[in-house]
Amino acid sequence: MTLDDAARRAVEAAVAAGASDADAWAEESTSRRIRVYAGEVESLSDAGSRGIGVRAFVGTRAGYAYGTDLSDDGVAETARAAREAAELADEDEYEGLPEELGTSDVSGLASASFADWPTERVVELALAVDRAARAPEGVTQVENSVYSDGRGSVALANSRGFAASYESTQAWAYSSAFAGEGADLMTGLGVGMGRDAGELDPEAIGTEAAERALALVGARQPESRRCPVVLDSFVAASFVGFIGSMLSADAVQRGRSLFAGREGEEVAGQVLRIADDGTDPDGPASAPFDGEGVPTGRTPLIEDGRLLGFLYDSRTARRAARSTTGNASRGSYRTPPSVGTSNLIVEAGDHDLDGLVAEAGEGLYVTDVAGLHSGVNPVSGTFSVGASGRLIENGRLGAPVREITIASDLVSMLKSVLFTGSEARWVPFGGSVKAPPLLVGEMAVSGS
Amino acid sequence: MTLVDPELAGRVLERALARGGDMAELYAESRRGFAISLDDGRVERPQGGRERGACVRVVQGDSTYYGHVDGLAEEDLLRVAGSVSEAVRGDATEPAALRAMEPHATHEIRTPPEDVEARRKAELLRACDERARAAGAEVTQARIGYGENRRQIEVYGSDGRAAADDRTRIRLSAQVVARRNGRVETGTDTRGGHAGWELLEERPEEVAEKAAQRALALLDAVDAPTGRLPVVVGNGFGGVLLHEAVGHGLEADAVQKDASVYAGRLGDQLAPEFVTAYDDGSRPNAWGSEGVDDEGTPTRRTTVIEEGRLSSYLYDLLRARKDGVESTGNGRRESFRQLPIPRMTNTFFAPGDATADELIGGVERGLYAVSFGGGQVEPATGDFVFGVSEGYLIENGKVTAPVRGATLVGNGLEALRAIDGIAGDLEIATGYCGKGGQTVPAGVGQPHVRIRELTVGGTA
Repeated sequence: MTLDDAARRAVEAAVAAGASDADAWAEESTSRRIRVYAGEVESLSDAGSRGIGVRAFVGTRAGYAYGTDLSDDGVAETARAAREAAELADEDEYEGLPEELGTSDVSGLASASFADWPTERVVELALAVDRAARAPEGVTQVENSVYSDGRGSVALANSRGFAASYESTQAWAYSSAFAGEGADLMTGLGVGMGRDAGELDPEAIGTEAAERALALVGARQPESRRCPVVLDSFVAASFVGFIGSMLSADAVQRGRSLFAGREGEEVAGQVLRIADDGTDPDGPASAPFDGEGVPTGRTPLIEDGRLLGFLYDSRTARRAARSTTGNASRGSYRTPPSVGTSNLIVEAGDHDLDGLVAEAGEGLYVTDVAGLHSGVNPVSGTFSVGASGRLIENGRLGAPVREITIASDLVSMLKSVLFTGSEARWVPFGGSVKAPPLLVGEMAVSGS
Repeated sequence: MTLVDPELAGRVLERALARGGDMAELYAESRRGFAISLDDGRVERPQGGRERGACVRVVQGDSTYYGHVDGLAEEDLLRVAGSVSEAVRGDATEPAALRAMEPHATHEIRTPPEDVEARRKAELLRACDERARAAGAEVTQARIGYGENRRQIEVYGSDGRAAADDRTRIRLSAQVVARRNGRVETGTDTRGGHAGWELLEERPEEVAEKAAQRALALLDAVDAPTGRLPVVVGNGFGGVLLHEAVGHGLEADAVQKDASVYAGRLGDQLAPEFVTAYDDGSRPNAWGSEGVDDEGTPTRRTTVIEEGRLSSYLYDLLRARKDGVESTGNGRRESFRQLPIPRMTNTFFAPGDATADELIGGVERGLYAVSFGGGQVEPATGDFVFGVSEGYLIENGKVTAPVRGATLVGNGLEALRAIDGIAGDLEIATGYCGKGGQTVPAGVGQPHVRIRELTVGGTA
């Protein structure tokens, strides 16, 4: 049975079992992951996933069930289980299928060349990343180099007549290199991503890991100070990813977001523009429709320093008496849809990195932060995170520094963003974020 | 019930070793679960799932190659075995003939949760909600969760291993919020086990009541003291300290990577002679118990600290082979989508001769740490920091005011050495342990334990 058939039949079976409405998400995917250590393939995995998740409504009661059996009987059983689960839930006036069904025009999600990369060939690529990371003098060890890719198809159908599917592919690689010795061991990360292995440059990924580690060798703890801080793309992306999770209407409605009740207010520096865009052809999280059949789109979140709005799925939208933004996301067929970011994109400015550093004058360039997710209070926005990077002296990058703590609160930090860099890049950890380096006017940096 | 016919399993192993390898294994699983929760007076998120799937792994030297697939169709199992074998570079090895499955101890499930009408589970949540709210007018929020799952597994190894297990777990949890004049406090409690519905037949609402009482007590909390103080750690969830600060350091993967402060210390006297600790995956109906582990090794009681001496690490098959010992039955995985790694099952201090009152009675000024929130341990040094989510002052031998914001700062080795009393009231609580991206149920527990001195960081 095709995925489209499975989804359609599940919806029919749920309705036949007494559901007033239903949707079904069927998915099939394969993924590979190769981990290289010390020039050898340390582990290789090949994973297949195939299953269906059914959401059934009885009036405003909602239930969910999932299963791996895509046969006629299996799909019908999953549908029945969802319908029975719905019976147990209490009424929730905001539950139900979305009204705004449809698909948006997104192209380039799947690479036609993906199949040109059999396992043996991607193993070579992973080894090449590792070689490039180990090559530069001063690199003591490479913790590991990883190549991973996946291709997947999903089909969604619901009882209001929606039926659509899409295919996507993804490939990425990273390497984590060490430079220095003993207590001075510093790490550096290099990453790259694309729609297939051919879009990755193994040389560049390995070299980036090595260079980032080498740049920190000999790092010392600086004196405490208040100064301008340049966040590199990786660090900016980590902060933006966290801010994105605070902009979900679910977090706002549950009182777990510092942005609750601040729509229209100034929350950031004038230059900052952040949007969620589920249609960017390069975005790893792009798709023509979201987890409940709503067309994806571009939702401006912060523009000219002002908070414009939040991200919604149909349930949170109904509760806020507005439209969904097409941000119902599904981790897999095993989880019902819930609000999530797609691709968060920070608009690039016109200063290259040297320009940002020159503007900073005397300050700090941060290339790594630790403990961001446990170190931020989601309600007050206050945070305190460990960091490392380099000093900025006379408008140039200077000596490496470590064991720094930067403490502030997110809104104060956002408000003092003075410039955004011109070199935005995709960063695949902590969600899917595209961010340039940022110059923050002043932050408290504590060292010795 | 058979998930994979042994004849097919044999062919899968043969295919997996088509280009060599020291060991191949097929792990098949059928899992079903049901969960439902209540939040803000409303029953929500009823959810059921049924999955079948398998994992094939091939080990060669220090490398592991594996693949997994949803479903147990013959062509999928053979395809994934073939794909995994492609990573190996050598001549085919021949798997040993599979032995017959050996019987092993199981945990009695008197009333399978799936036989209990779903409506009763929703009613249980409502009864818990009512009980939590009845505990006091200051209770403003209650979140109750119920979950059950059943995992049937089969393991076939190229060394002839064949084993099966059938595991049912059930768990009830409550999180209650109390509020007074802008002060907000949270209390939690859980009850769970490798058991059936019978576990929840007797006064299950007590779980909600206990959580509510904790939240209410915390409303009167005073700022935590600071300094070097004697600490009495509570039974049950207090065992988190042992689990985190000692247990993870005994897992053989950490030891072999030299990422554990316990590496090379076997036989050393690490604690006073009255201290003994176990990891026991065979403890009847305990939360972290299983019949066999996820590599087919029967679970058992492993004495990790015997009369104060470090006596064993916790092994899965691969790490045991490396150290030339037997697996201790600690090879566990979250599901067929992951590889087995050494994990604790139920880890606890053996009961001692004292009573909790005696331990507390001997403290002039100290901290009674009942339960922990977040914590961090640096495995290579054993240094730890734990937040105390429920704690009380001990003054003149008596438990007095609840405290908020206390943290315990210390080192696993130092804390072990400083134990100066163990009570007899062993209790095992239901924890979830995360490691390497896998979450497994782990029983954490102990009787009341007194530590002569630990650094307490407070809010004062």
